[in-house]
Amino acid sequence: MENKNNIKVHVSHLKKNFGHLEVIKDISTDVYEGEVVVILGPSGSGKSTFLRCLNRLEESTSGEIIVDGNKINDKKADINKIRENIGMVFQHFNLFNNLNVIENLTLAPTQLKKLSKEKAVEEAMHMLKKVGLEEKAYAFPAQLSGGQKQRVAIARSLCMHPDIMLFDEPTSALDPEMVGEVLQVMRDLAADGMTMLIVSHEIGFAREVADRVIFIDNGYIIEEGTPQEVIMNPKEPRAIDFFNKVL
Amino acid sequence: MIQLISDYSKLLLTAMGHTLVMALYSLVFASFIGLLFGMLSVLNSKVCKIIARVFVDIIRGVPMIVLAFFVYFGIPYAFKNMLNIRFTFTSLQAGIICLSLNCGAYMAEIIRAGIQSVDKGQMEAARSLGMPYWRSMKKVVLPQAIRTMIPSIINQFIITLKDTSILSVIGFPELVNTAKSVISVTHQSFQIWIIVGFMYLVIITLLSRLAKRLERRLNRSSGEQK
Ligand SMILES: Nc1ncnc2c1ncn2[C@@H]1O[C@H](COP(=O)(O)OP(=O)(O)O)[C@@H](O)[C@H]1O
Ligand SMILES: [Mg+2]
Repeated sequence: MENKNNIKVHVSHLKKNFGHLEVIKDISTDVYEGEVVVILGPSGSGKSTFLRCLNRLEESTSGEIIVDGNKINDKKADINKIRENIGMVFQHFNLFNNLNVIENLTLAPTQLKKLSKEKAVEEAMHMLKKVGLEEKAYAFPAQLSGGQKQRVAIARSLCMHPDIMLFDEPTSALDPEMVGEVLQVMRDLAADGMTMLIVSHEIGFAREVADRVIFIDNGYIIEEGTPQEVIMNPKEPRAIDFFNKVL
Repeated sequence: MIQLISDYSKLLLTAMGHTLVMALYSLVFASFIGLLFGMLSVLNSKVCKIIARVFVDIIRGVPMIVLAFFVYFGIPYAFKNMLNIRFTFTSLQAGIICLSLNCGAYMAEIIRAGIQSVDKGQMEAARSLGMPYWRSMKKVVLPQAIRTMIPSIINQFIITLKDTSILSVIGFPELVNTAKSVISVTHQSFQIWIIVGFMYLVIITLLSRLAKRLERRLNRSSGEQK
């Protein structure tokens, strides 16, 4: 699936402190084009912080992050332009509450890509169809179920045609019966060749979809490899302990 | 009483007009001041936050009557003594300055609280799509913040309208001052204050009705069904 010739995300010696709290201590990794990387680890280990450093929602303390050839932490980098290319899906959806579904999807494209309203709506409808929600185009976020909100959020990101998608526990805030519909959309995306970094506790999904699993604990990557290696045969005691609890 | 009303209605209505003019100007300036300092206090900058904090604390910590005397008498006096420049504010100008500052400080707090009441995730989602800070603020955060602010803003406007009466101390011929002069001629304190009280009551009731209607309209047009 992945194209080893093309590095999409390069992270080297990333460090992130919040005041005196060292959250990311030293993380290095490369993500290739089309690769699906699932990030696992105990709560509070720095998974969200790692993901948020990648699109500079958090300023990293030191280290280098290169996404699609752009140095994220370069003061001269046009971070807004770079972010257009990095979709992000949040645990709590973060749909714009003041806008209906179609407006949620067309806001950024019309504002940033100078797309005409008609063209943007047409494209948004296409994306909604992809996530199976055309009939909700004119609903407001408050009228949607959690699973529907998350699918809209994914469609909203897709409308910017990103090369890379970041998912921060996209199913953790959902009722169990809605997890499947969101995972299905992500599965489709993976099959389409999207480069994806996914923080998730869905071990089954990771085993099925991930090209690679990264296990983060206490600000370090302590295991990294295929799902088979990391999930089924972890070597580090803390990883073994974690999988014993969740499997 | 009827005689009193017919004799002095014109005078009192003019005074009411003065009160409204002072309040309206103040509300407009206060909105700008409030927006400016409210924004400063949510920016990601210590200096901006401190500037906003100091402004709000000073204005809220000083009674408006003191502020009024300071602006109307104190400032021109200082200019004359220290710089040898003669100038005076009219009582209307001084009144508008005081009310704008006072109302502006409270507006800043309302705006700050309104913006902070919007979930941080809204701004983050907009930024993650590549929208610049101010555009995200304008398109996503402020529309949601304003909805929660409206009742407090209306309330603050009503308070400011009533506070115009405090500016009678610097001699602006608004309603209270005019009423006092009428009483000094007619000696009918009881009746005049009833009339004046009634005038305030009518205006404020009308305004709050209008505001309620506006609030409903805004909620409807923003479309969110609760
Ligand atoms: N904005 C922040 N300010 C201070 N501490 C934070 C902030 N965000 C996260 N942290 C802390 O960083 C640590 C890692 O958090 P996070 O990356 O959210 O972990 P995870 O997503 O793996 O559960 C936690 O101890 C958390 O309290
Ligand atoms: Mg997290």
